[in-house]
Amino acid sequence: MATAEAAAHSEGKAGGTYAGGLWSWITTVDHKRIGILYFLSGLFFFLVGGLEAMLIRLQLAVPENTVLSAEVFNQLFTMHGLTMVLFAVMPMAAGAFNYIVPLQIGARDVAFPRLNAFSYWLFLCGALLLNSSFFFGGAPSAGWFAYANLTSSQFSPGHGMDFYVLGLALAGAASIVAALNFIVTIINLRAPGLTFMRLPLFTWMTLVVSFLIILAFPPFTIGTIFLLFDRMFGTLFFEPSGGGDPVLWQHLFWIFGHPEVYILILPAFGIVSDVIPTFSRKPLFGYPVVVYSGILIAFLGFGVWAHHMFSVGLGPIANSAFSGLTMLIAIPTGVKMFNWIATMWGGSIRFRAPMLFSIGLVAMFTIGGLSGVMHASAPADLQQTDTYFVVAHLHYVLFGGTIFGLFAGIYYWFPKVTGRLLGERLATAHFWLLLIGMNLTFFPMHFAGLHGMPRRTFTYPAGLGFEGYNLASTVGAGITLLAMLLFLLNFVRSLRSEATAGANPWEASTLEWATSSPPPVHNFDVTPEVTSRDPLWYDGIALPAGEEEFHMPNPSYWPLVVAGGILMAAAGALVGLPVALLGAAVALAGIYGWSFEPIH
Amino acid sequence: MTDGRPRVPGHRRMLMFAALAIASVAAACGGDFPQSSLRPQSDVAREIDSLFRGIFWWAMVVFVVVEGALIVAIIRFRERPGAPKPRPVHGHTLLEIGWTLAPAIILIFIGVPTMITLWRIDRPPERSEVRVEVVGHQWWWEFNYPDLGITTANELHVPVGKTVDLRLRSADVIHSFWFPRVAGKRDLVPGRVNQLWFTPDSVGVYPGQCAEFCGTSHALMAMRLHVEAEEDFERWVEQQLREAVEVEEAGDDPLVSAGRDLFFGAGGCISCHQIRGTVAAGILGPDLTHVGGRGTIAAGVLENTLDNLASWIKDPHDVKPGNLMLDMGLDDEQARQVAAYLLSLE
Repeated sequence: MATAEAAAHSEGKAGGTYAGGLWSWITTVDHKRIGILYFLSGLFFFLVGGLEAMLIRLQLAVPENTVLSAEVFNQLFTMHGLTMVLFAVMPMAAGAFNYIVPLQIGARDVAFPRLNAFSYWLFLCGALLLNSSFFFGGAPSAGWFAYANLTSSQFSPGHGMDFYVLGLALAGAASIVAALNFIVTIINLRAPGLTFMRLPLFTWMTLVVSFLIILAFPPFTIGTIFLLFDRMFGTLFFEPSGGGDPVLWQHLFWIFGHPEVYILILPAFGIVSDVIPTFSRKPLFGYPVVVYSGILIAFLGFGVWAHHMFSVGLGPIANSAFSGLTMLIAIPTGVKMFNWIATMWGGSIRFRAPMLFSIGLVAMFTIGGLSGVMHASAPADLQQTDTYFVVAHLHYVLFGGTIFGLFAGIYYWFPKVTGRLLGERLATAHFWLLLIGMNLTFFPMHFAGLHGMPRRTFTYPAGLGFEGYNLASTVGAGITLLAMLLFLLNFVRSLRSEATAGANPWEASTLEWATSSPPPVHNFDVTPEVTSRDPLWYDGIALPAGEEEFHMPNPSYWPLVVAGGILMAAAGALVGLPVALLGAAVALAGIYGWSFEPIH
Repeated sequence: MTDGRPRVPGHRRMLMFAALAIASVAAACGGDFPQSSLRPQSDVAREIDSLFRGIFWWAMVVFVVVEGALIVAIIRFRERPGAPKPRPVHGHTLLEIGWTLAPAIILIFIGVPTMITLWRIDRPPERSEVRVEVVGHQWWWEFNYPDLGITTANELHVPVGKTVDLRLRSADVIHSFWFPRVAGKRDLVPGRVNQLWFTPDSVGVYPGQCAEFCGTSHALMAMRLHVEAEEDFERWVEQQLREAVEVEEAGDDPLVSAGRDLFFGAGGCISCHQIRGTVAAGILGPDLTHVGGRGTIAAGVLENTLDNLASWIKDPHDVKPGNLMLDMGLDDEQARQVAAYLLSLE
C-alpha cells in the first residue's frame, strides 16, 4: 500500500527504494511493510471474530432460539475469544509496534529484521492453522480457556483441541520471537539523546508488553504441551484418576491469561498517552508516574492469576491473597486515568478522531475498571464469575479500552503510514455509533449476569428475566456492525484520496512525525539527536549536518521457508509422521539457508 | 484539513449516559428475576449481596468523579479561537500523591469488608444440619443425602432455617454448582471434594444451573432448589425413603403396565437407571425411584408432563444434544407408555 509514494520520498540512498510486486512483500524484512502486513492480517481477523460475535448475538437474541446448534455455538464462542485476543488485537498492536516504534526511537529498522519477518509469517501460519479447523471436522469448542479435563480425548474426541494446541503453539512462539526483537530494538537502537525517560509512552508500553509476552507465554506453552501429550501419547497430567490434576491447567493458563489482559490493554494505554497530549497541545501530565504505573500494572499482573479461580475452592488464604493483590491494580490504573484527564486540563483540546477515541477509552475503561474491582472481591465474585457480568466487564476493558485505543492509533497514524488522512465526518459517525453500539451491547449484560445468566450458554429459557437484556445486546451488536462498516468505507475511500497529510498533520511532538509521510525505506536521512521528551515541540531536536552512511537489510524468503516448515511439522502431528518429518526438514533447511545468506 | 473540525458538545455525552442509566434501571426494576443474585434468600447470599452493594456505591462515587472530571475537562478546555497557547505543565507532585492515595483509601473500605465476608463464608459452617453430597454429571445433578439414605436428581429439597452442608464432586468434567438466591458458585472438580454451605431463610422454589462450561449441553444443566417448611421436608423424606414397589401397587392402568414391561424389558432402561425395590439397578443415569414426583425432567429443562417425558425418552438428543442417554428406538406409543410408568413413580 502506498509504496510508490514511499519510494518517491526517499532520496535513492542505499536501500532507499521499495521494490514493487507481490514477491517484494513476501520477502520483505522492512519493519514498516511487516507492520502493514501485521495490521491488515489483524484487521481481517478482527472482522472474522466480529462475524463470530454477530452469530453468537443472533442466537441469543431471543430465548430458546435455534439459529445455531449447541455444538456450533460452542465453537463460535471459543473461536471468537481466541481470534479476538490472539489474531486480531495482538497483531493489530504488533502492526503498530512494528511500524511506529522504530520511527519513534529514530531507528532505521528493528534489531533483527529477518526475525521480524519470521514472527509475522509464523503468527499467520498459527492463525490459519487454527482457523482451518472449521473445514476439518470442527473448531475447538471448549472455550478459549480450554479447561482440562473437558479437553481430554475422552471428552473432546474430535481434532478441534489438537488444532487449538498446535495453532496456539505457533502463534505463541511468534509472539515471543517478536517480543525479544522489540526488547533488543528499544534498548539498543534509540537515537542519541533519547534516554529512557524521554521515550514516547507508546514505545514504553511496547517495551513493557514485550517483557510481559516473554514471561507469560512460556507457562501457557508448557500447559499446551502437557495437553498435547495427554491427548496424543496418553500421559495423565490433567487426569485425576491417574494422579493428575485439572486445576494445574487452570494455574498454567491464567498465569499466562491474566498478564495477557495487560498485553492487550497496555498498547492502547500507550497510544492514548501519545494522542491525548498531542490533541490537548500539552505535554503528558506526570510522565514518570504514567511510565511507572504501566510497569507496576504489568508487574502486579503476574501476581493475580488465581482471581479467575475463586470458585475452584482454593481456600480462604489463597483467595484473600489474590483478592487483595487484585485490588491493588486499581491504584496504578486509576493514576493513569487521572493523569490523562490532568493532561487535558488546561489544554486546548481538538476533537479530531484520534482524540475522540482516546476520550472514549478513558470513559469506557473506567466502567470496566470499576466492575473489575467488584469481582476482585472474592465473595462478590462468587456470584459474578462465569456470568454475563464478567462478559460485560471484559468487553468494557477490551472493547471500550483496547479497541477504542487501537482505533485512536489507527486514526492517528494512518496519515503517517499512507500520507493520507481518514475522512473526519465518517470518523465522527464511526465513533458515536461505536460508542452507542458497544454500550447497548455490553451494558445490559451487567444486569443479565447479576440476575443469574451464566456465560457460554447456547440458549436460555424464557421466564428468568433475561429476554430484554439479550435483545438489547443483539440490537447493540447490530449498531456496532454498522459502525464498523462506516470505518471500512472510510478506510477504503481514504486510501484512494490525495496524499495531502504532510509529515506532521497533527502537530505532534514525537519523532515519527519528523520524517515524511509515508517515511522513506531508511526512515530518516540523518539520525536525529534528541534533547527533550517532546522533540518536535520546544526545540527538542537537533539534526546533525551532512550525509550519513547506512545499510538497509536485503529482502529474504528464508523466514517464510522456516515458518512454512514449522507449519508443515505442526500439521504433520495431525496428518502423519512423514509430513511432520518433512516439515522439520524444511524448517532446518530454512534455518541453514537463513544463517548463510550473504549480507551485502 | 484542519478546519471543519466537528464539535462534540459535552452535554450530548452526558445525556447519553443518563439515558443509558435510566433504561438499564427501568429494565432492572421491571421484571421478575427468579434466578437473581440480587434477591438473596439465605445467610450467605445476603452477606455477599450486602458486600456487593457496598462496593457498588463506592464504584459509583469513583465513576461520578472520574467521568465528571473528564466531562468538565473536555468542555472547559476545548479549543477556542484566539485562546493562548496552553502552558506546558509537566506534573504536580502533591496532586499525583493525592490521586494515588485516594483510590488506596477507597480500597481499604472495599478490602476490609471483603476479607471479613470471605473468612466467614469460605470456611466450614458452624453447624451442619442437612448434609448432601452433590455429584455433577454431563449434564445433570445427582443429590445424595448420606444421613437420610436418599438419592435423587436435579431437584434439591432442604428444610428452611437449617444449615445445608454440601460436599461437591464430579463424575466427569468440571461443573459449577450455582443457586444464586442462596449462595455463590462452587466448582465440582474431578479428583477433589469441595464444600459449600448456606442457611436458606425463605420457603420457595429457586432455579439454579451449572456455571462452568462443561461441554455441548452446558446450557441445559439446570436444577431446582425446594426450600420447604420443616414438616413438608419431613414428608418429602418419608416419601423418598419408600421403595418403588409400594408406589406401583397404588395404580395400575394398561398404559402404565405396558410401560413397566418396556422399562424392564425391551426398552433396556434398567442398564443405566435405578428404581429401588425393583431389579433396575443401573448407576450411569439418574435414580428414577421417585421420578414422577419431580417437577422437571432432563435437569430442569422440561416440565415433568407425560408429553415432555415421552418426547425426551423418544429422542433424548433432540432435547439435550450430546448427552449420554441412549436413543432406544422406541416409537411414539412406546415412549408414552414408558413415560406413563415413570410418572406413576411418585
